[in-house]
Amino acid sequence: MSGFDETLQDEAEAPVRVRFVVNGRKVACEVAPRDTLVDCLRDKLELTGTHAGCEMGACGACLVQLDGRAIHSCLIYAVQADGARIDTIEGLSEGGVLADLQAEFHRRNALQCGFCTPGMLINAQELLSRVAEPGRGEIRDALSGNYCRCTGYEAIVDAIDAVAKARSKGGVAT
Amino acid sequence: MSAPLTSLDRPNSYIGRSVPRPNAKRLLAGRGRYVSDLKLPRMLHAAFLRSPHAHAKIVAIKTDAARAVEGVHLVATGADFARICTPWTGTLDHFKGMTSTPQWPLPLDRVVWAGQAMVAVVAESRAIAEDALELIEVDYEDLPIVVDIDGARKPGGPVINPGSASNVCFRSQLDSGTVDDAFMHAAHVVEEEFTFGRHTAVTLEPRALVADYDPSAGMLTVHHGTQTPYQFQDLYSRHYGIPEARVRVIATDIGGSFGMKLHVYHEDMAVVGLSILLGRPVKYVADRMESFVSDIHARDHRVRARMALDAKGEILAMDVVDLTAIGAFSTYPRTSVVEGNQVIRLIGAPYRLTNYRAALEVIFQNKVQTSQYRAVGHPIACAVTERLVDMAASKIGLDAFAIRELNVIPDDAYPQTSPTGYRFEALSHQACLKRLHEMMDYDGLRAEQADLRKRGIYRGIGIAAFVEITNPSPAFYGVGGARISSQDGAILSLTPSGEVRCLISVTEQGQGTEAIISQIVADQLGVAQDHVRVITGDTEVTPHGGATWACRGAGIGGETALQATRVLKRNILEIAALILQEQPSALDIIDGEVVDVATGKPRLPIAEIARIAYFRSDTLPPGAQAQLTVSHHFAPQGYPFAFTNGIQGCLLEVDVETGLIKLLKHFIVEDCGRIINPMLVDEQLRGGIVQGLGAALFEECRYSDTGQLMNGSLADYLVPMPMEMPDIVIAHVETPTADTVLGAKGVGEAGTAAASACVLNAVNDAFAPFDATINSIPITPAKILKALKRF
Repeated sequence: MSGFDETLQDEAEAPVRVRFVVNGRKVACEVAPRDTLVDCLRDKLELTGTHAGCEMGACGACLVQLDGRAIHSCLIYAVQADGARIDTIEGLSEGGVLADLQAEFHRRNALQCGFCTPGMLINAQELLSRVAEPGRGEIRDALSGNYCRCTGYEAIVDAIDAVAKARSKGGVAT
Repeated sequence: MSAPLTSLDRPNSYIGRSVPRPNAKRLLAGRGRYVSDLKLPRMLHAAFLRSPHAHAKIVAIKTDAARAVEGVHLVATGADFARICTPWTGTLDHFKGMTSTPQWPLPLDRVVWAGQAMVAVVAESRAIAEDALELIEVDYEDLPIVVDIDGARKPGGPVINPGSASNVCFRSQLDSGTVDDAFMHAAHVVEEEFTFGRHTAVTLEPRALVADYDPSAGMLTVHHGTQTPYQFQDLYSRHYGIPEARVRVIATDIGGSFGMKLHVYHEDMAVVGLSILLGRPVKYVADRMESFVSDIHARDHRVRARMALDAKGEILAMDVVDLTAIGAFSTYPRTSVVEGNQVIRLIGAPYRLTNYRAALEVIFQNKVQTSQYRAVGHPIACAVTERLVDMAASKIGLDAFAIRELNVIPDDAYPQTSPTGYRFEALSHQACLKRLHEMMDYDGLRAEQADLRKRGIYRGIGIAAFVEITNPSPAFYGVGGARISSQDGAILSLTPSGEVRCLISVTEQGQGTEAIISQIVADQLGVAQDHVRVITGDTEVTPHGGATWACRGAGIGGETALQATRVLKRNILEIAALILQEQPSALDIIDGEVVDVATGKPRLPIAEIARIAYFRSDTLPPGAQAQLTVSHHFAPQGYPFAFTNGIQGCLLEVDVETGLIKLLKHFIVEDCGRIINPMLVDEQLRGGIVQGLGAALFEECRYSDTGQLMNGSLADYLVPMPMEMPDIVIAHVETPTADTVLGAKGVGEAGTAAASACVLNAVNDAFAPFDATINSIPITPAKILKALKRF
């Protein structure tokens, strides 16, 4: 053998029971201590709308809401989220929270392959919850943790801008 | 109220209309079905041990400890695959003298780049597979490493492929006109050497596949995040000896591709082999670090070029040498020389140029393969040409627009053949130049630039004209012996309830293929777009075709759909005519209703025709056979390629203290022929420009002297993010191709083609007050400061 400490592997794999409220529903599941939240959401809970793009917090594809704030689900372990309220793209879509953003993204085709889009929407929602009517520069700045390889970002900025304006007028865009 | 009616006011007129993509709603709701999301019963996961050495002999591989790990099902090395898989060689017949060594899924005796997959482990989870990788011991014996172009070309230096006399993969030479004579008599000559760094596609979803071999049925199903499912059906069939009809490749939602996902990767072939060895589904999703070291890279050229001009500024000749380093193998099945070949053939393309000479040398090195990535060769050809044009302009004292107006091929001078053999049907450089000039408010920008310069603010304005290759015919790969289709197919049905199903071989990666196909079908048939369902990306279901690459989705796929729809419409109207006791020519379809051509009066819904044909054929006249499903194929004829053209402009500011560049605004005037969906075309152009801007300023795969990729993560490799990207202004000129009814050409590479050339010209324009030039891409702050002699 190569001196590999098998107890370390056993510990890394020993399951831990965690509980969350995911998309408004109580969930309990067993995870390995080394499982990240994005792995847990995608593999254990089969919520594949949250994507893993870089697994180091640089691309934003894995953004979810944890207790109401956007976080990178690739940067925390599932065990760290024990007891938290987690909202993913699936729950936020079904709850209608993102409906105006989604409609505006659709109308303007502010997506192509769609892999970055769930993270984009969650970040946009976060921005608009903090700043009622951000300027285009502010929108671009806020999105700078969300990588999109397909679009030129411009339609995305336009869509968020339109929703911001509509929301601050108390209505919805389109 | 009384605006004149246009073709878009006709009912069901969708060609030319900005309608949203029907399939985008799924993606917005997080309901995409990417291969990385897929989970099958009994599915196992593969991980790969990668070589830490750029070049080494494999002396021994010890895998016992890895095999003993609980949850590990298989540990496989190159020899295991060599027993079931035939090797492949990335050469094409029409590139005479081209060489590349045979490749297997995993290497047998040598590793040739750092990061090359060496050993595969299949386990119950990816984590367990990775644990097991740590227990594998490999004894390597170092071999001399060839990293850069000069090292690779050194006579008597190390040779990468045993048995070869040198590291040259391919040499090519073009020579037309009287180049030496033109240079001898030129009033002005400009010359420069350019370098272009390696960069890579960085699709947000890495490469992913699930191979599922069922030994009881002898059937291989591969869920593959690829652009070209039919090509992979053929390759898996031939290399693993499975009859083609028993190989099914399914490409559902793809998280970005840009050419990167149509090459054969060693891991992907290995995963198919692993599934065959195990008789179980095996999944592999590259992680980001694996993507950086194993996805194809692109560019990596050094070009020396000179241009001769007469006293007025007319271009007399160009003379070019392109050296390009491609890694240790040529990729399969498209080869790694296509980029260099396109560089030397596209240089000078927008201009009246008869005297042209070019030499291409394609060189092996100990790095991952380079190959086709968005706008293959275009950015290099464009940067070289357009920089020389600007250099000449400043030498002669001409404005950037003026020298181009003087030299572009006039819009009324087509058809034209370039000195490199490309045949141009109809391009619109003059119209595009004129439009760009107005759109940029060029004179205003120049005045502002002069003003700001006095205050120590250094802005640059750059323009670059381009020609783009689209709609490739069999002349591209077919003639070289590659089984890559240049035709596409569609199967179109009127369903019993009067809706339309279109199975088509062009694939969707987010460009909007499904949207434009449904627009074309709805438009041509006369039904609402939401009554058309388009299905792509499954070799078992959709007819064989080339699929979506090299900008062929709209031009070839769209024409296929158009022709198929016309056949279906004719069939529907023939049945309608029998039912209505009418001549088919007296009938038309509008909004899903058969109508009288003369009066527009509705006669019968097409749903009723379908109902009668499918369920009450007894009521049709004897002998009537309703053909409400049509199968139709289309292969481009006429011009070998539908060339498009356009021009880009860039406004930027150089901070001469920090070397940082701020992109202020970007402009493009583009001619892709008939536009099917302006909204999709515009964001496609913007996306392409942003990829070109990334290459211009940020993106570079940087290697150490020992051949290690030093920035292989998204924290270290810079990609364009929203904050650095400018707003992009777009205008169109439409010159439809006469080779098809639809008239559409491609648009996917136009943005990338000229963006970096524009930036290069703009930075050099900003440098005008200084004794500084730059000739290397990416243009990093360090290079700027070095050029300004401040670093």
